[in-house]
Amino acid sequence: MKRITMALSLFLVGMFAASPVPAAQQELIINGSTTVLPVMQKAGEAFMAANPGISLAISGGGSGNGIKALNEGLCDIAMSSRDIKNTEVEQGKAKGVTPVRTAIAVDALVPVTHTQNPVKELSTAQLRDIYAGKITNWKDVGGKDSSIVVVSRDTSSGTYETWMEMIMKGEKVAPSALLQASNGAVVQAVSKNEKAIGYIGFGYLNSSLKKQNVNGVEATPATALSKKWPIARELYIFTNGQPAGVSKKLVDFLLDPGKGQKAVSEVGFIPLQK
Amino acid sequence: MTVPSHARKETLIRRILAGAAGCSLLFLGLIMVFLFMEGLPVFSIVTAKDFFLGFAWYPTSDPPEFGIFPLIVGSVAVTAVSSAIAIPLGVMTAAWLTEIAPKTVRRIVKPVIELLAALPSVVVGFFGMVIMAPALQDWFYADTGLNLFNAGLMLAFMSVPTICSIAEDALHAVPVSLREASLALGATRWETTIRVVVPAAFSGIGTACMLGMSRSIGETMVVLMVAGGAGIIPYSLFDPVRPMPAAIAAEMAEASFRGEHYHALFAIGMVLFLFTLAFNIIARQIAEKNRQALD
Repeated sequence: MKRITMALSLFLVGMFAASPVPAAQQELIINGSTTVLPVMQKAGEAFMAANPGISLAISGGGSGNGIKALNEGLCDIAMSSRDIKNTEVEQGKAKGVTPVRTAIAVDALVPVTHTQNPVKELSTAQLRDIYAGKITNWKDVGGKDSSIVVVSRDTSSGTYETWMEMIMKGEKVAPSALLQASNGAVVQAVSKNEKAIGYIGFGYLNSSLKKQNVNGVEATPATALSKKWPIARELYIFTNGQPAGVSKKLVDFLLDPGKGQKAVSEVGFIPLQK
Repeated sequence: MTVPSHARKETLIRRILAGAAGCSLLFLGLIMVFLFMEGLPVFSIVTAKDFFLGFAWYPTSDPPEFGIFPLIVGSVAVTAVSSAIAIPLGVMTAAWLTEIAPKTVRRIVKPVIELLAALPSVVVGFFGMVIMAPALQDWFYADTGLNLFNAGLMLAFMSVPTICSIAEDALHAVPVSLREASLALGATRWETTIRVVVPAAFSGIGTACMLGMSRSIGETMVVLMVAGGAGIIPYSLFDPVRPMPAAIAAEMAEASFRGEHYHALFAIGMVLFLFTLAFNIIARQIAEKNRQALD
């Protein structure tokens, strides 16, 4: 049954690509990371305005759910804030799906503190020790004599996963860390607390927070793109096989510096170098 | 001629009502079955002892750890703090409304208090996060304003209307003759309230408290926003906690369907359900016992 629907949808997509006249309403189902979601929504609006025959159904359920939906044929494009795992590639293979990755933007995580905090710079090792609960006083990293309030994201978020991978490297975040459910909640918790440290996506930086340099590098769009910034990650979309037909149209739109990439910087991420 | 049609109408109405009542029972039953179906498999991953008494909640680590003891303690702690604030406040307000306040004041104040219950929990949570948390840091030098005390205070905010409204109904239902008898015997108004009216309405007040507490333990948005979310055993009022509903709400969206984490979250839901069930049974028991005592 699944194979028949797949063959049928491939056939339809093929028809569409081949025919010079746009078919009636074409729908693309997009699911996945809530980090990528704002980019897709912003770019999607412009895309639909430019292509009246195509409608996008965009929903966010997390990177893992998006890739799972792609593997199960429940969506056409999966958004993800991390690379695909080997187990997920296997799962796709079992269902006859080959997820293909396309990078669409760069997201840099930035450690942030209260604006009154005198500390300007931390090393990745210090960050790891702070989050693991080994360093618990700001004076140990060159600050005032006061306890450190560690603010982290929920264990299920893609942002937390990236932090674990790039900073914690196998260590666990101490159970005393405040787990917040969104980037906005972290901004709120840190900007109102002189003792706090948190980490957020580049796009959420604002003047109510102080960004910390890491390993002597300042977080800027340039350092994130050149991979000098130690906590940068690419944001991806996954398609079943190389993007074709309507999917390809959308991918091309997303990568266009004047269109999709403009949306990327508008929602606070860093556009890919072109 | 009219009698049989009347009778038929009666039966029809009776059946419709029975059907409506049956529906809610059926839904509750189905939800329970589903909850246990999805929750119980967790015990094939961890032992019951590790699950209930484990200290580490690292659901996405490799290997994952599913110890919910700090989460249970977090829930119990916020409920205790909120009850300690809300029960005296709610019951005393109710006593004032029935025994002391003039009728016109009561007619205005009671609906206003009940209106408090209509405040969306996300609004209460936002208030706790943006206004209360920084204030707590300044006043009490707390490490973080997102903590047990803040969550308890916000929950008290939400359960006072429930407690006050039900307790007020119970106090109001105490027959005037009881009050008159007490006053006639020479008791003062204070003595009458404390020794006669409140004991006579005890079952209703008990029910009010229990319902208020079950509201606190099940409330999600407020604890998600202001409790801090740290999975630790609190040693002070100003330590952050991670109550059970907050863990479920924050993590369910990302838990892979029918995965270990998913089952663990449903098992937490099971525990939460048992807690509220217990509160409701106790509320019933209190009501039953004292009704007999009064008779």
